[in-house]
Amino acid sequence: MTKEETYLLPVDESSFTDRLSTDRSFPFHADMQKILFGKQLLLEELPFPLEEIRQHEQHGYLLFRKGIKRELLSCVRCGTTDASWFAEFPCARCGKVEFYCRKCLMMGRISECSQLVSWAGPDLNFRQIADPLQWSGKLSTGQQAASQQVAEAVENSAELLVWAVAGAGKTEVLFAGIAEALSTGKRICVATPRTDVVLELAPRLQKVFPDCKIAALYGGSEDRHEAAQLTIATTHQLLRFYRAFEVMIVDEVDAFPYSIDQTLQYAVEQARKPKSSLIYLTATPKKQWQQQCRLGKRAFITIPARYHRHPLPVPQFIWFGNWEKQLSKGKLPAISSKWAEARLAAGKQALIFAPKIAAMEKTLRILRRMDPSIESVHAEDPDRKAKVIKFRNKEIPILLTTTILERGVTIPNIDVAVIGAEDRIFTESALVQIAGRAGRSAEFPTGTVTFFHYGKTEAMLGARRQILMMNKEGRKKGLIDR
Amino acid sequence: MKDYCLICHQEIKANFSWTTLFREEKAAKICGDCSDNFSPITGEICEICGRPFAFLEAEYKLEKRCNDCARWEEDEQWRGTLDQNRSLYRYTDFTKEVIAKFKFRGDYVLAEIFAEDVQLALQAFHYDYLVPIPLSGERLYERGFNQAEALIVTAGFEPTQLLSRVHSEKQSKKSRSERIHHPQVFEFTTDLQLNSKTILLVDDIYTTGSTLRQAAKILKRNGAAKVYSFTLAR
Ligand SMILES: [Zn+2]
Ligand SMILES: [Zn+2]
Ligand SMILES: [Zn+2]
Ligand SMILES: [Zn+2]
Repeated sequence: MTKEETYLLPVDESSFTDRLSTDRSFPFHADMQKILFGKQLLLEELPFPLEEIRQHEQHGYLLFRKGIKRELLSCVRCGTTDASWFAEFPCARCGKVEFYCRKCLMMGRISECSQLVSWAGPDLNFRQIADPLQWSGKLSTGQQAASQQVAEAVENSAELLVWAVAGAGKTEVLFAGIAEALSTGKRICVATPRTDVVLELAPRLQKVFPDCKIAALYGGSEDRHEAAQLTIATTHQLLRFYRAFEVMIVDEVDAFPYSIDQTLQYAVEQARKPKSSLIYLTATPKKQWQQQCRLGKRAFITIPARYHRHPLPVPQFIWFGNWEKQLSKGKLPAISSKWAEARLAAGKQALIFAPKIAAMEKTLRILRRMDPSIESVHAEDPDRKAKVIKFRNKEIPILLTTTILERGVTIPNIDVAVIGAEDRIFTESALVQIAGRAGRSAEFPTGTVTFFHYGKTEAMLGARRQILMMNKEGRKKGLIDR
Repeated sequence: MKDYCLICHQEIKANFSWTTLFREEKAAKICGDCSDNFSPITGEICEICGRPFAFLEAEYKLEKRCNDCARWEEDEQWRGTLDQNRSLYRYTDFTKEVIAKFKFRGDYVLAEIFAEDVQLALQAFHYDYLVPIPLSGERLYERGFNQAEALIVTAGFEPTQLLSRVHSEKQSKKSRSERIHHPQVFEFTTDLQLNSKTILLVDDIYTTGSTLRQAAKILKRNGAAKVYSFTLAR
């Protein structure tokens, strides 16, 4: 596309519905329908000649929306209104100085002269797959109850929160609901914040739904233009969808900071159809949602116990003073060093969470004096995968980390500690997730969880409360053996 | 208003100390962690291309020049084309990532990170015209801006357009041998008289030095006396 060919149409959303009812005899391009149905793509992302795009637009088969709203500065694609995410630049395309959104920059820069293009022609219809589920596994009692409710929510286009403790086996809980959707020709999306979850989930679901076309979408994936009936996407990739799904399943949302959460909520609302079911999966819902559950204002179901029927390890709080000051002197508070020494002596693997990379590296230097094979890993560590594998193979006795490791990472027999558990970054849900790393396997269902802190926080207390509550409920419902 | 790091979007906390107290403090564009990740080029460098010798094995240099430059200077066709290049940072993975986000993702505002350093660096040169390496029309449309021009403007200087990219169609009309031996990438597109003027070319990175020499050659052929270049990284 060259500058002379620039095709900028000032079309606003209000004319969308008017133009929907017009002429349906236009011989539209089936590939365009496939690529743009339920999507919102930038004009430059479209693999079609401009003339063809123009014709479809003129016949009311495409909807154009401005990418950035100036009145109340906001990004139409990601919903950002926070001014700190916008910047200005002199645009060579339109010749004006204009705003662009930095929040969703990785999806292709969207500025004031950008157009988001969606399909406005006839719907793309999906197949009704008879008996789509090929699975012979068995659900636990807790899973069974949740599974049934998910299927009902899918049938009734309702909203449901599935509150399942770490290790409950929540993926299997979705099977019946997805099967229900596929057999009635509905389009489904499973959205998760992390690429590794997409990569883990896609083959797993493909195996049990062999007749269904599945698209796995993440940054750099190749299925970008697939119009699949079942889409598994990172929440980022949801930003390319617009009124696409009849069933929207959102996984693991609560371990993430508020700013991501806001974008996520916006993306979910944009991507689902106005009439659709919305299912949230979480090990630890945020405060506001917990309260709504208690007050009966939110439909929810809990799976309070793990598949292996043992209770969740309850975190122990240990005050260890001004640890940052100690660290700056090259020391670790004695009680936490002893903790590490004891694990090394007993040959028990451990996972230690630190609030910041700098603190983690300092701790690493100190711990390595005890054992040089101790390692650290953070979210952007290029060797992250290799280190996780080494940890799983028991080549690393203690692994320090600033991030919740991949969901697939269930190291069988570990103790877990947090240093500086009072840090803001450790929200209630993050702490519940962290505690959930211990005692995952049926073979080693126990493991200790220790929060080393310099002052208890509301988040720490909340996390412990949540875990105790789940154990109590699990016992009451007969889902825990002891 | 709060300041956020342009790279990691962390809030930048005001860092009061005795040294900053007495100095006029400009609003920081990036946080300390990100700032530490850049590796400024210091110490001994190649007298022509500005490559730091500290990271170069002895066999890759010849007295005050790196082997690459020595080779350029041996070639009659290219000898003395580019008088001197200077760059700010080493092209580390971190710098590479930031520059990629700046030019390929089109994050224009990242130019502000470098504004102060670029300003100081450009002031160290004596020149008549500050010339950004141009993009093709197609690239310019794709990216929405020329990254070299963005660096110049953001640092508070005025760019002069003397060159443009030769259209690829024009290129393909030439014979094969012509293209290989005279791969004309740029053409001189101005009425300005360059008689005995000094030009300072600006680009984001110096990789092989070929692009800058191509541009320098055209400029000298059109009367420039000296051609220097400045890049963000190398
Ligand atoms: Zn945005
Ligand atoms: Zn523009
Ligand atoms: Zn930063
Ligand atoms: Zn050199």
